[in-house]
Formats: sequence, C-alpha cells, structure tokens
Amino acid sequence: MEGTNKKSRLAMPEQEPKVRARNFEEVPLGYTPEMAIAEAGRCLQCKNPLCVQGCPVGVDIPGFIKHIADGKFDLAIGKIWERNSLPAVCGRVCPQEIQCEGNCILGRKGEAVAIGNLERFAADWERAHHVCELPSREKATGKKVAVVGSGPSGLTVAGDLILKGHEVTIFEAFHKPGGVLVYGIPEFRLPKDIVASEVSCLQAQGVKIECDVVVGRTETVDELFELGFDAVYLGVGAGLPRFMNIPGENLVGVLSANEYLTRANLMKAYLFPKVDTPIPQGRHVVVLGAGNVAMDSARTAMRLGAEKVSIVYRRSRAEMPARSAEIHHAEEEGLNFELLSNPVRYLGDEKGRLTGIECVRMELGEPDSSGRRRPVTVPGSEFVIECDLAIVAIGSGANPLLTRSTPDLPLGKSGYILANPETGKTGKKAVWAGGDIVTGAATVILAMGAGRKAADSIHEYLTWGW
Amino acid sequence: MFTIVNREEMAGGTVILNEIEAPRIAAKARPGQFLILKANENGERIPLTMAETDPEKGTVTVIYMVVGKSTELFRRLGVGDAYQDVIGPLGQPTHIEPGKNVVCVGGGTGVAVLHPIARGMKQAGCDVTSIIGSRNRDLLILEDKMRLASTDLHICTDDGSYGRKGFVTEVLKEKLEAGGVDQVVAIGPVPMMKFVSLMTREYGVPTMVSLNPIMIDGTGMCGGCRVTVGGETKFGCVDGPEFDGHQVDFDELILRLRAYTEQERCSHERCKWEEGGAA
Repeated sequence: MEGTNKKSRLAMPEQEPKVRARNFEEVPLGYTPEMAIAEAGRCLQCKNPLCVQGCPVGVDIPGFIKHIADGKFDLAIGKIWERNSLPAVCGRVCPQEIQCEGNCILGRKGEAVAIGNLERFAADWERAHHVCELPSREKATGKKVAVVGSGPSGLTVAGDLILKGHEVTIFEAFHKPGGVLVYGIPEFRLPKDIVASEVSCLQAQGVKIECDVVVGRTETVDELFELGFDAVYLGVGAGLPRFMNIPGENLVGVLSANEYLTRANLMKAYLFPKVDTPIPQGRHVVVLGAGNVAMDSARTAMRLGAEKVSIVYRRSRAEMPARSAEIHHAEEEGLNFELLSNPVRYLGDEKGRLTGIECVRMELGEPDSSGRRRPVTVPGSEFVIECDLAIVAIGSGANPLLTRSTPDLPLGKSGYILANPETGKTGKKAVWAGGDIVTGAATVILAMGAGRKAADSIHEYLTWGW
Repeated sequence: MFTIVNREEMAGGTVILNEIEAPRIAAKARPGQFLILKANENGERIPLTMAETDPEKGTVTVIYMVVGKSTELFRRLGVGDAYQDVIGPLGQPTHIEPGKNVVCVGGGTGVAVLHPIARGMKQAGCDVTSIIGSRNRDLLILEDKMRLASTDLHICTDDGSYGRKGFVTEVLKEKLEAGGVDQVVAIGPVPMMKFVSLMTREYGVPTMVSLNPIMIDGTGMCGGCRVTVGGETKFGCVDGPEFDGHQVDFDELILRLRAYTEQERCSHERCKWEEGGAA
C-alpha cells in the first residue's frame, strides 16, 4: 500500500480537528481491512517477542498479527480473546507507547508496529461480523464467585473465571456496567455501545450482572458469603474525587471531573434536553490538572460549545501526566494551556456563581520524591483567569463506602486495600482485590492485569483450597 | 425493574406516594436513609428519603411533591408500572438516643421524611412533640400517622384553614420558652430548616436537619452534593443526609440548589408540552 514502508506505521484516519471538536463522534476512524493487512505485514514475527512482555495481560501479539496479515480476521480475534476479553476497549485506551508498542523492536530505528490499532481493528471487525466462536467453558465446578464493581478489573476477573467453569455474579452500584469505561472515558474516545457489546459478550458466556447494588450499603461483603459465594473479588476503583480545599470551592460552577464526566458520559447529558440530566455549559471553562481525566474533561467542554477551554497546571508541559496522543488531540482541537499556574482561590458573584480563579505563577525547582521538578510559587505573581465553569481534575482517592462496612479488611495509607501484588489476596479470608482500589488511580490495562492475576489465584483457591 | 405495588395521591394530587417492590433494600433500610430513583432509560437519578419500609412485604415507600420533569415522570407511573432503577439504602441512618424529650418539626413533604424518625424516636422511649405545617389544609399530609408517632401533635397552616394559623416556628418558640427540650429535628424546605436552626441556637438546643442537595450517584464518587458543615466540606450522600443544623451553611445550600434552575424549567416545559401534544 502506498505510503507504507518498514520504518513508518500506517496512520489511522481521523476526523478533522475543527469538525470533531464540536461533536461526540469517535476521533480515530479505524483501519480498513487493506490497511490492517498492510500494517500487520510490518511485524517481524520475533521468535522472542518483547511486545508480549510489555502487555500486562500477555496477549500473543505476533500470533494475532500474523492472522491479520494473512487476512484471517476471525482467527485474530480468537487469539486475542485467549488473554483479553476487552480488546475493543484496550485497543483504544491503553497507553501502548509505554507498554507493548514501547517494547517493539521496530521502534528502535523507526516506528513500532501499531499494535493497538490492529487489536482495535480485530475487535471491531468481529463486532461487525460475529463469526468467531466464543471461547469454550470448562466443566462447571459449582463454585460461586462475587465480583464487586464492573470496571475493567472486575470484568477481567469475571471473564477469566467463567471460562474456568465457576459461576460468576458481578455487583455494580451504578445502573449500567462498565465502571470508568461508561462514566469516565468520553464517547469520542470510547463509544459506549462498544463497552455494552463487550459486556454482553461476557453475559453470553454466562456472567450474571446485577446493577443498582451498592456493596457496603445494599449488601456487605460478609453478607455475600452468607448468600453462598465462595470467593469475593473487590474491584471498586478509586472513585473519590479530590478537591483543592481552597476558598470558594463550593461556588456554583465548580465541579469535580467525576461529576462532570458522569453527567456527560453515563447520563448522556450532552443530549439534554432529550435526556433529563442537565450539565453546566460554560463560556470559558477552566480545567485544573493535566492528566487524562483533565484532557477528557476539557475536550468534553469544547464539544458542549465552550468559547474557550483552558488547562491550568502548576508544572510545565514536560511533566503533564496525560498521554502524549491525548495532549496532541486536545491541542489540535484548540485547547488553551495555562502552564506553571496554581489556583489559590475561586471568585464568585452575589448569586454564588463562579466568575474567575485567582492563580499564582510557578517556577520549577529541584526534583521531588516523584522525580519531577517541584513547582515553587513566584511571589507577587497573582493573576485572575475569568471563567464561569471550573472542573477539578487533580486525581481521586479511595472511596471508603465499602471498606468502612468491612472492618476486618486491612487497609494501607489513604484507605486503599492492602493486597498481594502477585495474587491480589487481601488480609481477609477468601477476599481478593485489584485495580485502582489497591494501586490508586492508574490505567485500564493495569487494572485488567491485576484482575488476571487475582482470577488465577481465586481459581487455585477454589480448586485446591488456600 | 422495581414495580409499584401501591400508589396514593395526597395534597390534591400534588404529592404522590409510591410503595415500591425492592426486597433487598427493604431488608436493610433504616430511618433517615434515602434512595436514588430513575424512571426510565433517559431519566435522571433523583434522591428521595424513604417514608416507610416493610421488610416482610419487601417494599419501600417514597412520598414526593411533583415539582419538575422527573417527579412528573414518576407521577405518571401507576400501580404495576416500574421504576427502571432504585438504589439504596444510601446515607447514614438517623442517630436515635432513647428517652429524650424531642420536638419534631416538619413542613410540606418534609413530614414524609420526618415520620419514620419521629416514630423511631417514640419507639425508643422518647417523648415526641411534633409540629407539622403546610400552606393550607389540602396540602397537609400524614396527619394520622404523625399523631400515632407523637406524644403530642400540633398542626399549623399558613392561611389558618386548619389547625393553628401561622408558621411551625411559632409553636416551636413556645416549646423552647417552656424549656426541657433535649433535641429538635427539623425537616422541610431549606428556609424553614434555616429559621428553626437559628431559633434553637438561641436556646442552645441541639438540632438535626435532613438536607436535600443535588445528587447524581449518591455513593460519594462525585461531590455534587457537597455542603459546608462547621466550615468543612461534607458530602450529603455519605456523611448525611442528616447534619447538625447549627453548623450547616444554609445560604450556600440554597444557592447550590438553584444551579440548574434554567435547565430544569426547560426540561419541565418540554415535558408538559409533549404531554399536551400527545393528548
């Protein structure tokens, strides 16, 4: 195919920045079969593939790419499903540059194989054609596992254990399954019908999902055992929003990113008034923070019709934690960056509505314990950013709702659950945990990796005893 | 799906009672806790404090005033229809201290929330004086139940059409003057709770209020319901809904409750217009 060579990868077609910045359609459009075959042809089929080592769930990457190169797309998705039950999600949201693609040998002299794009292609092709058989289940064991939380780690545990012959029920507090995949990551990065499709694939294999059950309130962990479950996996995520604790934070117009994104994504408030949940629409929107959640919030605000959207971040561009591709997309869509700026208070009018944020300029000092250069306030540098909506995206902590109702579950600092990093075992008998509730806010694929390890450990426990 | 097994219209059809099949929640719920309800696929999540629970029947009861699009959708559900989602029990249960001399003050649909608390306190051996009020006789709800839940019941209407003419705070002031009140519980419109709290502060009587901030998830993951209590930010859904009335920043709560007034009006108008078009 024209434009392809061994050194550079085949770029995925995308919506034009000016167009996409105002709609909620997915930004990358996906490979055609011809493009996928061409890109798959670049893979060297290494005997000792480093890319697989970079994948937290160990997908046989050269294996599935070979099938795509041969045009056998149904075999490709089957190969991926052996290790990953959410490929349409992972192909879209994994930070491949620091995982599989970061290890690809081709990346040393040119560009790595576009593994994420190919995984996404295989999953999308299967969703459109439905030809591949679901993986086969082992003989029923009669053992019952409760999975608390239907985010990426919970779905992975459920997918693994159902294939091993156990009965699996997922309990979800929200009215829809998917966790951060449905409430956090926006439609334009991860269409919600794709999440629904991957979840229904698990249900087709026999996984039961009960929504509207808040474990910690509707049922406690101990009550799950009374209901006859033999093991419990806790994958409840890190859903506690952090605020800056500066004056004016409760003004109307200051929202956590969790609230803003939940309204927009889970409640589909971008369709208001066709749906009933409203969302504040600012003219000048300021997003505090510079991680992926901040980029998602800012790009959502742009799509909701803001005239100007600014990212306010206390460090410099080099320290921004968001994926470079997301920052690049945000820039193309016209976002404004106020770097080396730190908010000190919110300003409001007599109706309690936000009118601006007072910030100070920062400069970078010596590296801190995280290895990043510590921002230091420049005295006398106060300035005001006028705005009518502020979204706080400075991270999240451990929600104590479940852990407070489980007093014998050992917790670490900041309320995260203590679990063995290799097995996911907690200090409470027959209870495992993984994902953000153990590690703090991390990535989808790391949560899935934790789920995989826990599922192996739960299976051993159910088979052989502890 | 959560089926409605009993439905009553109160206060001239402006206040609706729904008894809903939800065995799991009914088995767990305690006075003071709330539910999140969603009528249908496109509906929003609305918090309502439970007015009653029946663990044997496996039902929970909510009583709400029809004020906007969502409560309008709820109103249209009949017996046999179902809410798509009911989540709970959420929030902290009421802290009940046995043997106290308590005055329970309720206004409007707040009486529905007050009732299980008053009853719980009476069952715990408290002496319960209740003062309930509404704008007029037609809008008064749960008089009989409140009479059973109280040692002594006072009724006020703004226009004097029933009971005593005037505000609940006037009767409360007499009780406070007479002395011997250990605790006041006030549930109703925010301005009413604010005035009760200002009054009881003068008499140094501890006062509990049940707040109704805007909520989305109801499980502590978004902070949409945050309120300032004693100078600190609290989440209404997990730390509340009940708080010390002397510590609550009511003015901030009133402003925050108005955050979506314009959208709420638009949504409700559209809903009424659609109903008109369909008829």
